Amino acid sequence: MINDIIEMFSNDFMIRALIGGVLVSLCASLLGVSLVLKRYSMIGDGLSHVGFGSLAIASALGSAAPLQIAIPVVIIAAFFLLRLSGNSKVKGDAAIALISTSALAIGIIAASVSGLNTDINSYLFGSIIAMDKTDVIFCSVLSVFILIIFVFFYNKIFAVTFDENFAKATGTKAGVYNMIIALLTALTIVVGMKMMGSMLISSLIIFPAVISMRICSRFKTVIITSAAVSVVCFLIGLIASYSYSAPTGASIVVVNMIVLLIASLIGRFVKKRK
Amino acid sequence: MGELIKCTDLAFSYEDVDVIKDLSFTVNDGDYLCIVGENGSGKSTLTKGLLGLKSPDKGKIIFSDELKKKEIGYLPQQTPAQKDFPASVFEVVLSGRLNSRGLRPFYSKKDKMIAHDNIRKLGIEELMKRSYRDLSGGQQQRVLLARALCAGKKLIFLDEPVTGLDPIVTEEMYRLIDDLNKKDKITVVMVSHDIQSAAKYATHILHLNFEKSFFGTTEDYIKSPLGQYFFGDNKVYSEV
Ligand SMILES: Nc1ncnc2c1ncn2[C@@H]1O[C@H](COP(=O)(O)OP(=O)(O)OP(=O)(O)O)[C@@H](O)[C@H]1O
Ligand SMILES: [Mg+2]
Repeated sequence: MINDIIEMFSNDFMIRALIGGVLVSLCASLLGVSLVLKRYSMIGDGLSHVGFGSLAIASALGSAAPLQIAIPVVIIAAFFLLRLSGNSKVKGDAAIALISTSALAIGIIAASVSGLNTDINSYLFGSIIAMDKTDVIFCSVLSVFILIIFVFFYNKIFAVTFDENFAKATGTKAGVYNMIIALLTALTIVVGMKMMGSMLISSLIIFPAVISMRICSRFKTVIITSAAVSVVCFLIGLIASYSYSAPTGASIVVVNMIVLLIASLIGRFVKKRK
Repeated sequence: MGELIKCTDLAFSYEDVDVIKDLSFTVNDGDYLCIVGENGSGKSTLTKGLLGLKSPDKGKIIFSDELKKKEIGYLPQQTPAQKDFPASVFEVVLSGRLNSRGLRPFYSKKDKMIAHDNIRKLGIEELMKRSYRDLSGGQQQRVLLARALCAGKKLIFLDEPVTGLDPIVTEEMYRLIDDLNKKDKITVVMVSHDIQSAAKYATHILHLNFEKSFFGTTEDYIKSPLGQYFFGDNKVYSEV
């Protein structure tokens, strides 16, 4: 068993997947807690579809670095979606669904017209061998940046997540911190899309947060547990995906799903005993 | 007795619909002002205006120098999302100190001490390690009040602080607020539906009414036409 794992990671692409995946899982799980509590989980889903759309168009146009092109597009979409959710006039969830399906449709057309059918599959569902060396460097730099910003603004993110009105009224620029959360989410999604696939990347944001909220009752422990759950699920998913040659993104989601079921049972048991 | 807030000829509207017009009042140091009025009379709108979340169409809100934004505490109406928020009581109370941090990312020893002091003041020490979402409505309100005190020790805004509380806990909450006003000399501005209790505790009343608002001391209010409607013997509204 141990030997199998050692052998597994003697492959370069597995090392790359490991580094990139752990970092993306960390970022996604930290941001996820705030997004889920603010009832913004669907924004993550919407953004990943926009990410797919822009990736597909960028590669159809023959860009050498489609990921780098997708970033500004997804960031703009993130600010836009945030606006929509804050505006009570437009039904936020409907608007997100409209934008995300439109982006998906445009992306699929762009990809099939330009004959990128093999890439489409990896963009949609991710691939363990998708990360090349520049991707890993790019992904690591961005992830470290996201983690630093998150820790630096941790207390502000807590305040804005718990009670935006209070934060605003007492002089915290809630709008700015909402933007920061949206910006970091957009970056995380683009960075993680190649491995997880745009269909499944938002699960990295939602699952660990929901799991940790089942079992923890302090914000700090929720955040830490979420990060731990996310990384562990990623590792198990990655190893399982290699061993059974199953799709990586899907394997990770299934692991998360099982952990959620277990956490729900534990959560119920603990509540009963109280 | 300095003037803390002075509002002159305020007007608020939402897209052409006027909610408040020609409103003038002042809040002095040590006052206990209750803002009352029926549903839709603009209490929440005025609160947003005072907190700087909505700018008035007309008129001015002047804050005294000593009452910069950093000296104001706020107890908002609770949102449903908050009720099951996974955070400890201490984390929630401490977050009231955020506005004094500026760009510095972490809380200092002093911030934690102030949070502890306010927790003690409101008698919720035994709840400190508990999770906010497991508390009763009244306990949650106390926690939010402690957070408000962490944010400002000069003036606190309370938006319907007793909604959904049972009569005993409501009375306790009113006593607590009264103590803060009398003992700790904190100026209180409270939005309330409960005119009877408002008259019992407040020094000043602002009764919002689109046609003619009332602002003055509680004694004058009880004698005014609007007050007579609630406190007069015959309880009939009449133009006196
Ligand atoms: N965001 C908004 N857009 C448009 N109109 C609004 C908005 N918020 C409030 N109003 C209108 O402004 C008026 C005053 O509302 P406000 O919420 O200030 O009343 P209130 O006195 O707080 O009422 P309540 O006692 O029910 O809390 C109402 O007629 C309301 O319909
Ligand atoms: Mg209101």
